[in-house]
Amino acid sequence: MVKLGYFPGCSLSSTAKEYDISTRIVCEDLGIELVEIPHWVCCGATSAHITSDIAANALPAKTLIWAEKNNIPITSPCSACFSRLAIAHHTMATDEEMRKDVGEVVGEEYHGGAKVLHLARVFYETYGLEALKAKVKKPLKGLKVASYYGCLMTRPPEVCDFDRIENPMFMDKTVQALGAETVKWGYKTECCGAAFSLTKKEAVLKLTGDILSDAKECGADVIVVACPLCHANLDSRQREIERKSGKKIGLPIIYISQMIGLALGYNALDMAFKKHFVDPVKVLKEKGIL
Amino acid sequence: MARIGVFVCHCGTNIAGVVDVKRVAEYALTLPGVKYAIDYKYMCSDPGQNAIIEAVKEHKLDRIVVTACSPRMHEGTFRKAAERSGINQYMSEMANVREHDSWVHSDDKEAATLKAMKLMEMSVAKVRRSEALSKMYATVEKRALVIGGGIAGIQAALDIAEAGHKVVIVEKDPSIGGRMAQLDKTFPTLDCSACILTPKMVAASQHPNIELRVYSEVVEVNGYVGNFDIKIKKKASSVDNKKCISCGVCTLKCPSKRAQSEFDEKIAPRKAIYTPFPQAVPNKPVIDREACTFFLTGKCRICEKVCPTQAIDFNQQDEVVTEKFGAVVLATGFDIFDSNVYGEYGYGEYKDVVTSLQFERLINSSGPTEGHVVRLSDKKEPKNLVWIQCVGSRDESKGRPYCSRVCCMYTAKQAMLMKEHYPEVNCYVFYIDIRAAGKNYEEFVQKAQNEYGVIYLRGRVSKIYEKKDKLIVRGADTLSGSQVEIVADMVVLANGLEPRKDAKSLAQLFHVSYDQYGFFTELHPKLGPVETAIAGVFVAGACQACKDIPDTVAQAGAAASKVLGLFSKEKMEVEPLIAKVDPLVCSGCETCYNVCPYSAIEMEDREVSRGNLKHVAKVLDSVCKGCGACVGACYSKAVDLKGFSERQVYDQIETVTQ
Ligand SMILES: Cc1cc2nc3c(=O)[nH]c(=O)nc-3n(C[C@H](O)[C@H](O)[C@H](O)COP(=O)(O)OP(=O)(O)OC[C@H]3O[C@@H](n4cnc5c(N)ncnc54)[C@H](O)[C@@H]3O)c2cc1C
Repeated sequence: MVKLGYFPGCSLSSTAKEYDISTRIVCEDLGIELVEIPHWVCCGATSAHITSDIAANALPAKTLIWAEKNNIPITSPCSACFSRLAIAHHTMATDEEMRKDVGEVVGEEYHGGAKVLHLARVFYETYGLEALKAKVKKPLKGLKVASYYGCLMTRPPEVCDFDRIENPMFMDKTVQALGAETVKWGYKTECCGAAFSLTKKEAVLKLTGDILSDAKECGADVIVVACPLCHANLDSRQREIERKSGKKIGLPIIYISQMIGLALGYNALDMAFKKHFVDPVKVLKEKGIL
Repeated sequence: MARIGVFVCHCGTNIAGVVDVKRVAEYALTLPGVKYAIDYKYMCSDPGQNAIIEAVKEHKLDRIVVTACSPRMHEGTFRKAAERSGINQYMSEMANVREHDSWVHSDDKEAATLKAMKLMEMSVAKVRRSEALSKMYATVEKRALVIGGGIAGIQAALDIAEAGHKVVIVEKDPSIGGRMAQLDKTFPTLDCSACILTPKMVAASQHPNIELRVYSEVVEVNGYVGNFDIKIKKKASSVDNKKCISCGVCTLKCPSKRAQSEFDEKIAPRKAIYTPFPQAVPNKPVIDREACTFFLTGKCRICEKVCPTQAIDFNQQDEVVTEKFGAVVLATGFDIFDSNVYGEYGYGEYKDVVTSLQFERLINSSGPTEGHVVRLSDKKEPKNLVWIQCVGSRDESKGRPYCSRVCCMYTAKQAMLMKEHYPEVNCYVFYIDIRAAGKNYEEFVQKAQNEYGVIYLRGRVSKIYEKKDKLIVRGADTLSGSQVEIVADMVVLANGLEPRKDAKSLAQLFHVSYDQYGFFTELHPKLGPVETAIAGVFVAGACQACKDIPDTVAQAGAAASKVLGLFSKEKMEVEPLIAKVDPLVCSGCETCYNVCPYSAIEMEDREVSRGNLKHVAKVLDSVCKGCGACVGACYSKAVDLKGFSERQVYDQIETVTQ
């Protein structure tokens, strides 16, 4: 039985509600116990970490201290949260001065004892592909998947070093374990534009558009993601990109947890697909998965 | 009572700009034994040295202290001045108040002055107990060892041999030639590399004064300048070279397909019994036991059966010989930077991303494709080629901040050759800056752009990925300020240069220092570019720093001339700063004998007083390096170091701790 501290992050109770729903269902089914970290605070992404070094480390410190005290590895389904937690852990483990300063701000010292895992890595590594395979009820046969890791899951390497940075494979292998096929493509770790969606929409439309069209050209039926912001950009901006280019894309963007959920036999309602802009149900039906 | 003179140098403003030199000289005059002290602008200049000589004569000084720079710069100068003034050269000492003081404490003049006074006082304390030592001489073994048979080693060996001295070249591969043998044409003249190299290889192999030891490595080094004892291991080649007639039948018939050719940079297979390339010198095959079916399975022996002269010898063993040499030239060359470090370029993953050396083999008419440049993935001719410069050069993030100096040039060369062979092909080069500072080099790169139409894009490539059978090369064009994507068929990485993997361990054998990358450190970056800090050991070629062929050949010639300078003497003056044993005190415990790293101590039974034989230690003068290990180890204080006696050192320590 795997037990993990769960840090959902802010998106999982709003734009990415379905990621939260599917994660909880799937983990329960697999026997991964998620203990939501009591009174978790903002991870410090974007606004804090680009304006203040100390805030960038102090915000995650609260969560890290909880993990250290309770001796439970923590996981976040969100790449930005994961990145903030993992980088703050790394910074404080290597920079004694920062560790002390943060201790003063937070009122408690962190000693570097937490373990931070991305949710996608939990399925791949902590739970393990063999165990996962054994649980599959409905193999995702015939589904061609482009695995999109985004910019933060493997970077920076000194913090996230466990798969190849530029061409990671762990999500590909996870999806393959569920019975799907993965496509070779070039945009696995390219930037989707992230929070610039709000301030520089044009840039995001270009970046996201490139990712979507490459996946399409490489023959993908769907894209699998493990980050709420990647999902938001790829899913909600898709119609606009299609309108601008005049080309139909129609690529459903599916969370890794939803993908596993499908293979475990859950239906569209369970996985809350209705929250998506690009509806995955049609293609999943065509493939006989739903 | 000693009569000491102290000479305080200003070194222009180098010392005097920080240290109050007058105060140092005045303070010297207060020290016991100091009869004379002055300060002067440049002690090392002729007038400065003359001032020393005059002072010695006029004030009847019997020992001197020069308070100036590092003894590494001018100890010799002042010892000679002492000698010319009529005192023994070992009655002079230096106090280093430049490197150890003024240069590092320029922010605190008062403290620097106090420190200079202390350093001077310590040297005065030491010189007070100095004794006259007589010069020692050693014979010079007039036989040179060159390690590495690339162009650097070959050139150095030829120059030494031509001057009439014996040379041994030790080369780890089965043939000499080095990297240059792998190259196609050479910049900036585009003449064929093999055409200019092979005559030199042949000349080396046929020269009566040169002996080639290929497939060999140096494994142990003892001795010192003029008298090195060096152990050389010859790896078993499993071929008796005396019987072998180089007919090549063995290679032709060898069925093994396990190995990839190192010479062809692993883009082509090679047999288990092989010569690395057709013009190999010597042209004798070797058996790679890790790829040989017989050595792996106990069955096969085809080469043995087909050999017309019974030259195959599966039982051959590695052989180790120890030989004497007077001088050594290190010429071990370079490796190219590991392309795998740049994950974003997908080397190893995408077959059509190749290294610069692989490209040299592809475009070389004696290479595995006979000079047809084809994609390694599908053997199709590429239409669009991209070169990426600075792969492992000028990149702090990859631990390689230095410029490799040859890549701008060889990239231009390779692109031009491509255009010459296939005029319709598009060649793109991503670069940071163009560094083409040699004779006719800038013109060469301009020609690539203007006459050959090679397209230069100023910027880094951020990523390569595969799409269908194309490579998408994404990069920045910083001149137009835009992102560019090139749909390429093949990408060549212009790898930077780095020292051979085993360079550091070789350096350690010789106690030669090396930098953080493993490049051998020359004695002085400007004034001692081919010497090392170890007398009698010289460097040449790319093992010292990245360099092209012209610079390599020039340095090899320089190293050879240093060796010849050494060999021009019958005897060589060596420092008498060695250990000596007092047999009356020695208890014969053999501790010094056991700790001596140079085997310079012998135990003997000696008559210390009439009819009284005693087991005592004895120092072999010509072997002792004066390291002092025995002095520290001796329980009875029977050993001491000339010129660094215990009393001298203790006096110095007392002075500094007062
Ligand atoms: C792709 C490419 C293209 C180039 N093109 C040009 C060009 O066109 N023009 C130009 O001027 N320069 C060119 N250069 C540079 C040129 O290759 C070097 O200047 C030259 O090879 C340096 O010669 P070297 O003898 O110092 O080293 P190397 O050629 O590396 O030779 C060293 C030799 O020492 C041997 N060795 C190594 N370690 C040991 C050991 N421990 N014991 C015994 N033997 C050992 C090696 O096997 C080798 O034979 C190019 C370089 C590259 C990478």
